[in-house]
Amino acid sequence: MPQFVLQDFAPQLIWLAISFVALYLIMARVALPRIATVIEERRGRIASDLDQAEQLKHKTDEAIAAYEEALAKARAKALSIAQETREALAAEVEAEKSQAEKQIGEKTDEAEKRIARAKSDALTHVNEVAGEVAEAIVKELIGGNATKSEVNQAVSKAAVN
Amino acid sequence: MPNPMLQFEIKRLIKLDLFGLDASFTNSSLFMVIAVFLITLLTIWGMRGRALVPTRMQSVAELSYEFVANMVRDNVGSAGQKYFPFVFSLFMFVLFTNMLGMVPYSFTVTSQIIVTFALAALVFIGVTIIGFAKHGLGFLKFLVPSGAPAVLLPMLVVVEAISYLTRPLSLSVRLFANMMAGHAMLKVFGAFVVGLGFLGGWAPLAFMVAFTGLEILVAFLQAYVFAILTCIYLNDALHMHH
Repeated sequence: MPQFVLQDFAPQLIWLAISFVALYLIMARVALPRIATVIEERRGRIASDLDQAEQLKHKTDEAIAAYEEALAKARAKALSIAQETREALAAEVEAEKSQAEKQIGEKTDEAEKRIARAKSDALTHVNEVAGEVAEAIVKELIGGNATKSEVNQAVSKAAVN
Repeated sequence: MPNPMLQFEIKRLIKLDLFGLDASFTNSSLFMVIAVFLITLLTIWGMRGRALVPTRMQSVAELSYEFVANMVRDNVGSAGQKYFPFVFSLFMFVLFTNMLGMVPYSFTVTSQIIVTFALAALVFIGVTIIGFAKHGLGFLKFLVPSGAPAVLLPMLVVVEAISYLTRPLSLSVRLFANMMAGHAMLKVFGAFVVGLGFLGGWAPLAFMVAFTGLEILVAFLQAYVFAILTCIYLNDALHMHH
């Protein structure tokens, strides 16, 4: 077996020592710390990104809560305004209605008075007309003149009867 | 038929001498250096963007980092963080040398028992030193199983000591044998394809395709096993759980 040629041991051991020590020094001093930094940086970056995302989410939640609160307030205010308006309108309507009723009442009274006056007027006119008619009839039937006062006396006598 | 073991031969590319020791740059050394270069390329050039959203190369580098980091965290706990660069280097070195071996005409560094044994011995010695540094002589209690009858204790201590001392052997032989056997198999079946020619070579070729897939799995799995056993030994030394 070529592996057991004793003369070949020394050069292999010497070069193994040289190359392995070189490898160890390069790895321990340069390569591995660099890789460790890169991996550590990435881990830190991911952690901070997650942290930031968490914070942003928190802020978003807060904003949503504030928005909803404002919305609820606005809605309540709108309701109260509507309620107030409705009440104010109802009061106004009520006032106008009562005023209108009052006016109507006044006008009705006036109209009634007028009617009463017209009625009494009409009644006095009736007496006059009856007097004139009676005068004319007297004139035609009797052919005599009857004075106005006589006729009126007679008419009011008859009206009383 | 070519010798399937020939691929494991060490060839001296540049002859070097270090204080009387043979320090030649061999094909084995070449692939160790290539592995180190590729790992460095992946983990430094691949990470050059340092992007928040990684590119493909950066993703692979980060995945290997997280893979080994999780392995250390799950098996050793927070006390193991100090040894993470070592486990990472070990895992990547074994993985890349295993995978480079899958490239045709390349050389499999981990098919050399001396290399895997050296790595296993490094783990074993390091873990033992950590154990003694952490617990002093109390680390020897690791060899005494708790709750065992007093009569059996001497025998059990011997068994435990043997099992502890054979750790580097089993760790190195497991990796070495897996890599060597797989590559020898591939070589043998490759020779069958050529030997049986255009008419008969299809069956071993189909087998080779499937077996190459399996070998890639084994290359990853053995690197993983090597790293996770290192973690388990480390955990034993740090926490003395038994």
